Amino acid sequence: MFEDNPTNLKKESTASQLPQRRQLQHWHHVSSQAAHQQQPFDSSLEKPQFPGASAEFVDHLEFIQPNVISGIPVYRVMDRQGNIINASEDPQLSKETVLNFYQKMTLLNTMDRILYESQRQGRISFYMTNYGEEGTHIGSAAALESNDLVFGQYREAGVLMYRGFPLDLFMAQCYANADDLGKGRQMPVHYGSKDLNFVTISSPLATQIPQAVGAAYALKRENMNRAVICYFGEGAASEGDAHAGFNFSATLECPLIFFCRNNGYAISTPTNEQYRGDGIAARGPGYGMLSIRVDGNDVFAVYNATKEARRRAVAENQPFLIEAMTYRIGHHSTSDDSSAYRSVDEVNYWDKQDHPISRLRHYMTARDWWSEDDERSWRKQSRKTVMEAFERAERRLKPNPELLFTDVYEEMTPSLDKQRESMFRHIQQYKEHYPVDLYEK
Amino acid sequence: MAAAARVFIRGAHATLSVPGAGKQSSARSALLKLSPGCSSRLKTQQRHAAHFTFQPEPVTTQYGPTQKMNLFQSITSALDNTLASDPTAVIFGEDVAFGGVFRCTVGLRDKYGKDRVFNTPLCEQGIVGFGIGAAVAGATAIAEIQFADYIFPAFDQIVNEAAKYRYRSGNLFDCGNLTIRAPWGCVGHGSLYHSQSPEAFFAHCPGIKIVIPRGPLEAKGLLLSCIADNNPCLFFEPKILYRAAVEQVPVDSYTIPLSQAEVLQEGSDVTLVAWGTQIHVLKEVANMAQEKLGVSCEVIDLRTILPWDTETICKMCRMVGYKLRPG
Repeated sequence: MFEDNPTNLKKESTASQLPQRRQLQHWHHVSSQAAHQQQPFDSSLEKPQFPGASAEFVDHLEFIQPNVISGIPVYRVMDRQGNIINASEDPQLSKETVLNFYQKMTLLNTMDRILYESQRQGRISFYMTNYGEEGTHIGSAAALESNDLVFGQYREAGVLMYRGFPLDLFMAQCYANADDLGKGRQMPVHYGSKDLNFVTISSPLATQIPQAVGAAYALKRENMNRAVICYFGEGAASEGDAHAGFNFSATLECPLIFFCRNNGYAISTPTNEQYRGDGIAARGPGYGMLSIRVDGNDVFAVYNATKEARRRAVAENQPFLIEAMTYRIGHHSTSDDSSAYRSVDEVNYWDKQDHPISRLRHYMTARDWWSEDDERSWRKQSRKTVMEAFERAERRLKPNPELLFTDVYEEMTPSLDKQRESMFRHIQQYKEHYPVDLYEK
Repeated sequence: MAAAARVFIRGAHATLSVPGAGKQSSARSALLKLSPGCSSRLKTQQRHAAHFTFQPEPVTTQYGPTQKMNLFQSITSALDNTLASDPTAVIFGEDVAFGGVFRCTVGLRDKYGKDRVFNTPLCEQGIVGFGIGAAVAGATAIAEIQFADYIFPAFDQIVNEAAKYRYRSGNLFDCGNLTIRAPWGCVGHGSLYHSQSPEAFFAHCPGIKIVIPRGPLEAKGLLLSCIADNNPCLFFEPKILYRAAVEQVPVDSYTIPLSQAEVLQEGSDVTLVAWGTQIHVLKEVANMAQEKLGVSCEVIDLRTILPWDTETICKMCRMVGYKLRPG
């Protein structure tokens, strides 16, 4: 598993094993690397000799104009009505695969509606919906291998759903009941799954970005052809951690995909208050990273871009940046009312005229893969399964209070042990004031 | 940064006396002679600093054959042992590739390869975030922060992420394989930003461990324990001791337990608790107190600041009247 000759870069030691086409890519990568290494100094050449950049001289003063009017174009496969524009770009996925995409997106939508409502009714404390961004989740998740590692922000539940995270466990985390894999410690939607290679969500934004880079570096050394994908929003991309992650990934040559969901808002802050450049994709070249902007509401565009980025990230050990343009149809969270900062008309446009779920449905109905009856019975069935999971989760006991004190360190420390005993003594003494019966013993 | 650090290394021994070390050379004062009659510097031309004497540990054979090492060499030795025995171990940070600004990683890149000992861009939040991710993915990640004074950009990653990784995930994920090392403490001329001892900022953050050694023998054993420990650890290295503290240090791996304070000398009137450089100051203080005041002092090296050895400290304080912890 680990290389015998650690002084060789991975590419050098496996170059002889790569097929011909990949060897060519390997040499291209090496020569672009060479440009950054110092050539022997030769002041007789009228070329800059600075170690920091390889360029030509220019003798007139001109500032480079940032291009925000016609910036990086948006790659799409389907038009807004779900028609394929360029047949050679259709990934031509099987009916079974496409139906699965559709069912996962709609199941997520159904779960969102029910859990959002349950928060309004005071059953769970908090919730965040994924309305409008289902295409970014399912398209990218489908393009990865199941053992690729996922680092997310908080609006990527569809990735977990696509990988097979059961409704019971989504609910368990939101209800913080005894079945929660996270042991009831975090706010709702902070999901995680070791089995499904989805690293547990944390509230601070963008902290996952440099972490994803470190994980990718470790996986590169393991040489098991695994990639890392790191999701974040366009708001989180303003954090220092994002800059750190982008720069490290390029300099340390890591096999990972940065996937930015640009949904137009960071809570109430629109993109024109978040950045002045050409979005997030335009930052990639600044770091020496291959970048693309895609229509995030086109599940095939997301799929194609992620698939190719993943293939090359692992083959060439370099990071890729995908900026998926989309729209956050829902409020930021149950603590937000977005009518305070945007118009209902704007939201309705995206809900009615450019939605990932309806665009895929049109693709399916055009091929007679999905009928009105299918739609009706699927809606009924998915609602039923969500409601059943919901009711089960609500009835379940909460975790044993002892779990307040474990996993702080790997081992229990004496001071935490004392606090734990003190808490149990207190509860024993004042048990009429505590809902002990709602908790596992 | 590297230039400033090299000034330290040359200047370090100007501020403390090590038993057996030679006197400061007079070659430099010759360079600055302005007139023939001026044979000694004016008081204002000389650098003054508080004095302390490094007190080396006695030689021990319990961990196998030993070799004379100073503090930075004992760190290199610990890292060398780790890279040799753990194929997943990687060391990274600013300037570690050429050997580090304090020479703690000299020779390791040549010996173990550039994928295992490598420079990162100049970004502490990135270094620690990267280290957390590598640890989560199963690698033994050893991150270097160039000076403890610069650890603050990484505060969020350390406190909000590393410390809480295991707890918040219900033990599905953890970054126990992460160790963060940083040069620590005053050196005389380091001023605001090359002298800080920031352990107190982290001391109330459950989930991380903080360790500070008093010399090379302790440092290697404690660092190896931190690396082996399945919790994220901060390891602060007293920079004033890097060259000046010399001891016989075992060549092979050994560990010194974490969260165990060490009673260095027993006493009956006052308990003195310290860590790092200050241990050597307090040993002198204990002697002075005995000679001049007839006061019998207990000296304890806390070693692990978090989780700290409450049992030893409380027991010793109960036996003795008063406890002093130097500020």
